[in-house]
Amino acid sequence: MAKHHVTTTINGESVEFLCDTRQTLLDVLRDELELTGSKEGCASGDCGACSVLVDGRLVCSCLVLGVEAEGKSIETIEGMAKGDKLHPLQQKFLEHAALQCGICTPGFLVAAKALLDSNPNPTETEVRYWLAGNLCRCTGYDKIIRAVLDAAAEMRGETHG
Amino acid sequence: MAEALRKDFKIIGTRPVRPDGIPKVTGTAKFGADFSLPGTLFGKILRSPHAHARIRKIDTSKAAALPGVKAVITGADFPEQKNEFIGPERTAVNFWYMTRNIMAREKALYEGHAVAAVAASSPEIAEKAARLIEIDYEVLPHVIDVDAAMAPDAPLLFEDMTTRGVEPAPTRPTNVSKRLEFKLGDVEKGFADADIVLEKTYKTEAVHQGYIETHACLARYDADGQGELWSSSQGHFVVRNLTAKLLGMRLNDLKVNPAEIGGGFGGKTVVYLEPVAMLLSKKAGHPVRLAMTRAEVFKASGPTSGASITLKIGIKKDGTIIAGDAALRYQAGAVPGSPVMNGCLCIFACYAIPNQRAIGYDVVSNRPKVAAYRAPGSGIAAFAVESTLDILAKQIGMDPIELRLKNATRIGAPMLGGGKMSHEGFVQTLQAIRNHPAYSAPLGPNQGRGVASGYWFNGGGESGASVYVNADGTVVVSTGSPDIGGSRASMAMMAAETLGIPYDQVRAGVSDTTTVAYTHLTAGSRVTFATGLAVVGATNKVIEDLRARAAKIWGVDIEAVDWVDGCAKPSSSNVGKFEALTLKQLAAQASATGGPIGAAHAVNAAKQAPGFSTQLCDIEVDPETGRATVLRFVVAQDAGRAIHRSYVEGQMQGGAVQGIGWALNEEYIYDEKGRLANAGFLDYRMPVASDLPMIETVVVEVPNNDHPFGVKGVGEVNIVPTMAAVANAITAATGKRMSALPMSPPRLLEALGRPGKEV
Amino acid sequence: MSSLQYATPASVQEAVALLAKAEGKARILAGGTDLLVQMRAGMVDPALIVDIKKIPGLRTVTREGGGYRIGAAVAGAELSDRADISKDWPGVVEAFDLIGSTQIQGRASLGGNLCNASPAADSVPALVAAGAKATVAGPGGTRIVPVEEIPTGPGRTSLKPGEFIVDFVLPAKAAGTGDAYLRLIPRTEMDIAVVGVGVCLTLDAAGVCTAARVALGAVAPTVLLVPDAAKALVGSRLDEAALQKLDAAAQAACRPINDKRGTIAYRTKVAGVLARRAALIAADRARTN
Ligand SMILES: Cc1cc2nc3c(=O)[nH]c(=O)nc-3n(C[C@H](O)[C@H](O)[C@H](O)COP(=O)(O)OP(=O)(O)OC[C@H]3O[C@@H](n4cnc5c(N)ncnc54)[C@H](O)[C@@H]3O)c2cc1C
Ligand code: FES
Ligand code: FES
Repeated sequence: MAKHHVTTTINGESVEFLCDTRQTLLDVLRDELELTGSKEGCASGDCGACSVLVDGRLVCSCLVLGVEAEGKSIETIEGMAKGDKLHPLQQKFLEHAALQCGICTPGFLVAAKALLDSNPNPTETEVRYWLAGNLCRCTGYDKIIRAVLDAAAEMRGETHG
Repeated sequence: MAEALRKDFKIIGTRPVRPDGIPKVTGTAKFGADFSLPGTLFGKILRSPHAHARIRKIDTSKAAALPGVKAVITGADFPEQKNEFIGPERTAVNFWYMTRNIMAREKALYEGHAVAAVAASSPEIAEKAARLIEIDYEVLPHVIDVDAAMAPDAPLLFEDMTTRGVEPAPTRPTNVSKRLEFKLGDVEKGFADADIVLEKTYKTEAVHQGYIETHACLARYDADGQGELWSSSQGHFVVRNLTAKLLGMRLNDLKVNPAEIGGGFGGKTVVYLEPVAMLLSKKAGHPVRLAMTRAEVFKASGPTSGASITLKIGIKKDGTIIAGDAALRYQAGAVPGSPVMNGCLCIFACYAIPNQRAIGYDVVSNRPKVAAYRAPGSGIAAFAVESTLDILAKQIGMDPIELRLKNATRIGAPMLGGGKMSHEGFVQTLQAIRNHPAYSAPLGPNQGRGVASGYWFNGGGESGASVYVNADGTVVVSTGSPDIGGSRASMAMMAAETLGIPYDQVRAGVSDTTTVAYTHLTAGSRVTFATGLAVVGATNKVIEDLRARAAKIWGVDIEAVDWVDGCAKPSSSNVGKFEALTLKQLAAQASATGGPIGAAHAVNAAKQAPGFSTQLCDIEVDPETGRATVLRFVVAQDAGRAIHRSYVEGQMQGGAVQGIGWALNEEYIYDEKGRLANAGFLDYRMPVASDLPMIETVVVEVPNNDHPFGVKGVGEVNIVPTMAAVANAITAATGKRMSALPMSPPRLLEALGRPGKEV
Repeated sequence: MSSLQYATPASVQEAVALLAKAEGKARILAGGTDLLVQMRAGMVDPALIVDIKKIPGLRTVTREGGGYRIGAAVAGAELSDRADISKDWPGVVEAFDLIGSTQIQGRASLGGNLCNASPAADSVPALVAAGAKATVAGPGGTRIVPVEEIPTGPGRTSLKPGEFIVDFVLPAKAAGTGDAYLRLIPRTEMDIAVVGVGVCLTLDAAGVCTAARVALGAVAPTVLLVPDAAKALVGSRLDEAALQKLDAAAQAACRPINDKRGTIAYRTKVAGVLARRAALIAADRARTN
């Protein structure tokens, strides 16, 4: 059983890896590339903890095969902060206590970033529906939604008290 | 303690960023599944496809012969345990049952029950090997429902189990493992004196804690008999003790490292994988990683009991509750140990009822063994009592909060199980909801409002902490409590407040089982209270030491040195004219004044204060489809004192939303063969972001005088009233009374078809 | 189980050849949101995965004869980005958009939704109501098949060995036509439909319904096209009496089961309710079209 040799781009860096057909992109990220920031909560597309961007589209990495990454550009939670500068979403998640246990946090951050990249001024309802594929069992979502709305406001340059 | 009454805190009650925040927003934090060691093997557990089956024979030879397989184990590889219940009745454990739940022996007792395990060099080989294990099952009739399991002709899970707690001891085998009875006053007389007596039966389904992180661990067993575990749990000391006991190891031969934990809610207070992984590692001679899939989590871990409760309440026309009588039948899962005793002790605890009785039954059936879930047992009981009070309030034409206020427990009120109510707080949560603008806001058509209340003991118990001062004047706090929702921040805040230094001068962490004193679970809403006491105790020892060092430098008595605002100061001008010494200055001179500064402290904290919550729910029900939408939700809860305000609110919001899921859609659904039909998030249906409004919070603060800052636990009581608050809102919106959970669209639409108006 | 192969054919012919050679042991991969879940659960165990996303045309949407040709592997999020089709066939686009979460939308396709052949597939009643047709390629060439003829039962389709769907054609929309899709789920997102109803209808200048198609999901082994439900509307102005007839006809067509998602009684009753509601939305759209 020959493994696939895959060349891809992850968080802007060119990366090569070997994988079996069966391995999902999530398996590859976690087990082959030691990028364990993407989490596995279900492996069936239901929880969003494994969210990544593939060519700019938000997907569950547990429902993408590793081989499908060939020639693609992938963004994960590990690429969100630029050096030691947090993305405004990361900063707002901390300030709003939008995480309790934190297992859902990488997925929420990646998904929320995809939202704000395409819609800089979402309503609360839009945020809630966009993030409906990300389960959080700890927070009841309240502080997560507030953090996203606040980060959006800050990124639009509106001052917030 | 006077300090609890202080209000001039500098740090307590603020909202600083948690010390473990950055790794959790950048993806570098390590959770249970994120560890590996060189040469790690992959474990896989083979589970029973049958709800109930005798295991005639297990043949592992083919699996063991598969290249790449390094170990195969079955229940027979674990040492046998004594069949006895140890510890106080409310939390008693029996290792004979526990070892059988970890891995089946004579019988598989539920679908998903572990029957064997393998370790291999790749996950694929492990899976293949598991499939090669041959098991000769004799499939037996099964029983799922709690009332059905109590029937005299029900299939028996343990042919020799008799009911504990009955005099004289019965000889007839049964699925009822235990009967409990608690009484106050004279219930029969109470009912005779009542103007209205209402009896009703309520049913709830089993629900899962639903933490997003599945169970996972890494185990390494060394040739000298020592072992090391990396595991995400609500208490690595408990993981150590249980694993050691189940494997016959000495406590100091097992070191457990706490991974970050991705949610627990009670479900990670027990062990499932750790003893299996350790035994596999012992056999294989290599480290072993073991993780559950989501389906395994649903089928073989958690849930809390489904239950059936018959409740009778007698009330006077003026609203005085004069008698309450409850029979609570709780599913334990496949082996004994439901939270029915909690249900009995909590059911009437909010109210000063002169005549009360609660009878509890702990019932086994062919389901996974229940685990704690947020105020275990209390929410189920509250669903019954708070629904019935809603009905009675309407029957006597009284405002539901007025009725509760009239009967609210107060300090000194006798309680079931002995003892008296020792703390205030309940009345204040009722008042908070009554005074909230939501209570009088207008409602539209098909909308309704409900309120309900709840009680939870809260926990105390054993905790250890250490506090060290570094040479640069920064402070490190270590505890044995896994941080499940920001407790590192709270610990650092309490230490900083006590020392009188800024929050960011203190770092708090979680230490492994070899570096801090035994610390009980992160559960029972106990961490901020009990571990907080240990931290404050250790901090006070450090302050004592700092004063001694200042005294030494100044050449005065320690009594002549005060610790004020982070500095040592002469206690009066008589002591002499000395410049105050800051923590930083003292730390810099530590080598010269006696060496490193630090102290450890351990407590067995008592005098915890109970938690109360009152909640309001506005709901809209689509009259044609039975779909309910929560429009507004307000949680009032007594926190004693909020250390980190955001994390207190977060507990309240999270608990209420779990309760909303329990109320509306979550349930374990079994097929006719006793197999779980919805073992995944898609069909288990926990609330998603778009299902909910913002959850409004009112943090009530009636300080606990037995804690230096007034803390009560806040983690659990917030789920207790929710199911009843939702049910009461649904009745207000629809004129139909739902007495069974979940109140899912099909059930609600069926109720809407009933003739007549119900209250 | 380990020797799973993976192929990315560059043409329809190449894909057909691969499928034919694999003798039923191949599975097509579009978005994978059904396939990978089923593989992981051990429900399917193919020997070859044929990823069709590199085939030209499979991921594009083109205007054609006043209607649209939609590649079978176009992802939901890609279709929602298209303002033109969202305006012409809002029911179809909304139905597709209801599938799963934002993440699922990044991958899920119409071809996958149809060929997975779940009775509860959301896009299918909307496609059927809209009169969509599928282009099926196979060893014998290409054939055009009405969408309702593809599923034959849960998990089963009328596709022959070696065949797969290349694209879908949505017809040019007649004047005064509107479509709508509604489903009932217990939550607001992330649930599989307990009932789904697609309605497409045409109103004349006087507001009288001249043509209608009504399709039901999750109430029978396959999505149902219900002529009696359409008849209840045609000739009416969608007055209360016509809607009641529609409700009754929809209910009469249901042959549902009891399962973890709903009961027979519930599904039947709600099919009627949603049919009425969807018809009113479709009529509103028809009027403003
Ligand atoms: C979390 C989650 C939520 C979901 N929610 C919904 C929902 O709300 N509503 C709903 O309807 N579905 C839902 N689904 C199911 C699934 O997302 C949809 O059915 C989706 O449209 C499948 O498309 P896909 O491209 O991912 O299919 P794939 O998984 O790639 O394929 C599905 C099946 O169709 C076959 N196939 C794919 N394309 C073709 C083709 N062109 N020709 C022939 N055969 C083909 C495949 O071999 C496979 O058997 C959900 C799934 C998940 C994981
Ligand atoms: S792990 Fe991918 S969605 Fe849950
Ligand atoms: S913070 Fe724990 S699941 Fe979201």
